[in-house]
Amino acid sequence: MFEIGLEHYLSVAAILFTLGIFGIFLNRKNVIIILMSIELMLLAVNINLVAFSTHLGDLVGQIFAIFVLTVAAAEAAIGLAILVVYFRNRGSIAVEDINMMKG
Amino acid sequence: MIVQALAFYMFAAITVAAGVMVVSARNPVHSVLFLILAFFNAAGLFVLMGAEFLAMILVVVYVGAVAVLFLFVVMMLDINYAVMRQGFLQYLPVGLLIGLVLLVELALVGFSWVASTPDLPASLSGVPIPPIDEAHNTEAIGQVIYTKFAYLFQMAGLVLLVAMVGAIVLTLRQRDGVRRQSISAQVSRTREEAVEVKQVPSRSGV
Repeated sequence: MFEIGLEHYLSVAAILFTLGIFGIFLNRKNVIIILMSIELMLLAVNINLVAFSTHLGDLVGQIFAIFVLTVAAAEAAIGLAILVVYFRNRGSIAVEDINMMKG
Repeated sequence: MIVQALAFYMFAAITVAAGVMVVSARNPVHSVLFLILAFFNAAGLFVLMGAEFLAMILVVVYVGAVAVLFLFVVMMLDINYAVMRQGFLQYLPVGLLIGLVLLVELALVGFSWVASTPDLPASLSGVPIPPIDEAHNTEAIGQVIYTKFAYLFQMAGLVLLVAMVGAIVLTLRQRDGVRRQSISAQVSRTREEAVEVKQVPSRSGV
């Protein structure tokens, strides 16, 4: 109970990741909340990487977490830029309106 | 030991609660603020795990840049968020179901992993964490990231550069009717087209 080990951190990360998935399904219409849910999932992945890095005494996990952080920041910047341009063109960010390419 | 356990449970509980509020808050501005809270507490978890550099990077990058970017976009776009919340309860059962299934799957993976590998090797690769009296966390990361992972580090910088160029190109727009400074026109102007010398006769005006 008072010995905090790997499995505690993995449980927190699993709950956070599930919350991210849940948020994507819950806020189907709001792209901003979907992007935030993706950030939550990436945070859970980072917690997993750092927990294993500490548990195994291996620094590579923390290095990889830095790269995940980099990609997350780039993804947020590009996603929000696309969102701003889309809002400027259409006046709405509802997901179901994004069907111009009829995919 | 008990202080560490208490700190862990506090950080973990606040992180998860903030995560719940991020996905369920009525106002997106509150969502962003809860996201910031979640990141701060995750940074606390990182400190508990001994990854101080990543904790500080998390605060600087996520709270300082990404969350502020989200806040900026949420406040800049003029959207009726009440309309966006329609269908919230409709998606609640399927979201809960999928979340539950995923959680059970993750738990099964974890339990089977614990059951199958009772003891992990001390280190799987060639970059062990040095003892704390030799090099602290930031120093240890710095010692490998500029040597062993130098190319990957450069690639990360390239990703950020491409993201920056992409974001600027996407959001840049040329508006009509805005007076801009044209430096080439200014510089290439000659004296003949700029100044006109008039001979003004006395007492007659121009």
